[in-house]
Amino acid sequence: MTQDIISLIKENVVQGRVTQDDEGLDEGMVGKPGVTELIDEALTAGIGIRDIISQGLSAGMKIVGDKFSTGEFFIPDMLASAEAVGAAMEKLEPHLAESGIKAKGKILVATVKGDLHDIGKNIVSILLRGAGFTVKDLGNDVEPQTIVAAVREEKPQFLGMSALLTSTMTNMQDTIEALKESGLRDRVKVIIGGAPVSEEFAKSIGADGYGADGFQAVETVESLAAS
Amino acid sequence: MARPGVLIEPYQRLKLEQVEQIHRASLEILNDPGIICFNRTAAELFSDSGAEVIATGREDAPTWQLKIPERLVSEAIDTCPKVVKLGARDEQNCLILNGAEARVHFASGSEANKWLDMDVETFVSKRDPTHETELPVFRAEKGTTERLAQAARLCEHLDSWDSFLRTVNIQDDDINRDNKDVNKFFVSLNNTTKHVMSGLTEITKLKNVVKMARIIAGGDKAFRENPIISFITCVVKSPLQLVDDTTQKAIEITRLGIPLVISSSPQGGSTAPIREEGMVAQINAEILTGITLTQLVNKGASVLYGSVPVRTRMDNLYDSYGVPEFSQYNVDCVQMARYYGLPCYSTAGVSDISIPGIQSAVERLFSHILVTLAGAQYVHYAFGLLERTNIFCPVQAVLDDVHIDMVKRFVRQPEVSDSSIADCLDQVRKVMATSHKLYVRFVRRALHSGEVAPPYPFESKGTTDETLILARQRMEKLLALPASHLDQNIIDSIFQEVPGLLPRLRNP
Repeated sequence: MTQDIISLIKENVVQGRVTQDDEGLDEGMVGKPGVTELIDEALTAGIGIRDIISQGLSAGMKIVGDKFSTGEFFIPDMLASAEAVGAAMEKLEPHLAESGIKAKGKILVATVKGDLHDIGKNIVSILLRGAGFTVKDLGNDVEPQTIVAAVREEKPQFLGMSALLTSTMTNMQDTIEALKESGLRDRVKVIIGGAPVSEEFAKSIGADGYGADGFQAVETVESLAAS
Repeated sequence: MARPGVLIEPYQRLKLEQVEQIHRASLEILNDPGIICFNRTAAELFSDSGAEVIATGREDAPTWQLKIPERLVSEAIDTCPKVVKLGARDEQNCLILNGAEARVHFASGSEANKWLDMDVETFVSKRDPTHETELPVFRAEKGTTERLAQAARLCEHLDSWDSFLRTVNIQDDDINRDNKDVNKFFVSLNNTTKHVMSGLTEITKLKNVVKMARIIAGGDKAFRENPIISFITCVVKSPLQLVDDTTQKAIEITRLGIPLVISSSPQGGSTAPIREEGMVAQINAEILTGITLTQLVNKGASVLYGSVPVRTRMDNLYDSYGVPEFSQYNVDCVQMARYYGLPCYSTAGVSDISIPGIQSAVERLFSHILVTLAGAQYVHYAFGLLERTNIFCPVQAVLDDVHIDMVKRFVRQPEVSDSSIADCLDQVRKVMATSHKLYVRFVRRALHSGEVAPPYPFESKGTTDETLILARQRMEKLLALPASHLDQNIIDSIFQEVPGLLPRLRNP
């Protein structure tokens, strides 16, 4: 029973199915429980959180990662699976502490003031959730002071900012300056990304890291978390 | 089962009224000035059928003036099969060419004298000797049996390449006029399971080629049901002259009931009017003459409406395949064939330049898109041809395969239905209910089924154009795959019964 549910969780991560309404990759999946329903079943059955994560979610993501590296899977497959894992982690989050599992960390994400282009930020959010981080999405066109207030309240370990326009990328620097003025800069690692920005720009405005794409963004956050 | 081709909703360049005007103009041409005929059998066939035939030549060089009445043309169009099957060694590779259905298939062509090999060499910058770059270097070689075999093997492995029409003229030292036909067909048939089409060099060798095809197909009846080979004859020399040699070949092939392309290739501006309507009226008259002849020889014989109109270059009087008029002429001819309900052998994908590159890509893609949109059932010249049709380049053929796949993806008919619309609306609602508002999860099935186009496979990563180098790598991989040779017992039978085959080709 326990192994059956964990296997199904793993399989549904590979299928990228969040709920029973999702079609997944293979035929005939609609109506069968997705990852969120299976997590509920697992919790009801008293299956250990550590087993759910390691043998179900992480094992599923490992398969997806391997398929991606051999070219069998594409970015939409990775995103679908990451979304499924993210949804599962959201359900498991209240149980992590009692199981003795340390959370990987919290990250606030926002598209900066004046910029409505949030696709990149949304992709990064999905991938970070899939990697086990708690993500709080502040949305787009976010004022520096709103970000500062959220950092003060949420106490995240990381702040991720995105911009698509050359005219709005400077608002990343304004936000970092606002964090400094509020005395919060040392409490949060700042990473940035978006089409017009670069590693050099990240350094020039005093950010801690830069992600050229969603995968590099996750790697950067993982690396900052480990340092 | 047959190869699917791509079914399209044809682009109509000419209005129906204009098609009919051109049709009437062609009929007028067939009456006045009529056709000059250099072939006695054809002249007699037309005369016996009620055409006005006037002897005009000298006794030692007889020629005839044919005035072909509308009735003969109409009767011929009526008796021509409207659906022609081109068979294949693997029957799943056969082509069903239906004159009433705009299902497009792509073939090679030309019998080019030159084969263009491509090497990759390293060059050092004079300005910065530490800077090296790899660039393609081209080398023209003569066509040989080995190179024809390589082209046939490429055809076998490239999915857009539906039918193998001999690509290079075999010029090996041991090839001569008497053994060229059997060796050309053997090499082609021994390296691809797709349909093989070619011209005939020597009419007396027709029976040997057909004997070989019958052995491979499994006997005479099997060959009739699955004609794994077909022929092209350019019966007309433009303007408006029935050539003795090719006309006789057309007559003999038609008598055997083997599918035949009646092809004409006038040059707008030199051997045909340069204006679109004049060019099309003339080439249509020329093709209708050939088609009428086939039906006088053998009512119900399978024939394709073969249109290869080109435009003359005014700087050197060469043919030009890269100018827009080339596509106009060809699109119009496809419409004329459709007007008669006949399957069309059309032309696209040739470049005037002698090497692959930007000009080549632009010129060939231009006509590929337009002629495909016209809905020709069989588009020849579609792979690897350069310097008009003098060069076949296998690397270019690999590029053409990818480009034709892109064209096919674009032209395929949209599938809009109540259920597909309902699916889309469901997706929109589901995505708008998420925080990320991304559709990527709904891409997956289409992505894995191949419905979603892949990125360009020969994309350069750096600042040097690597397209040709990457295409060459793909060509080498394809040529390293096992060849689809004939069974050894069939090869043995062929070598036993068909004279003229080169012993060195027996065990490729």
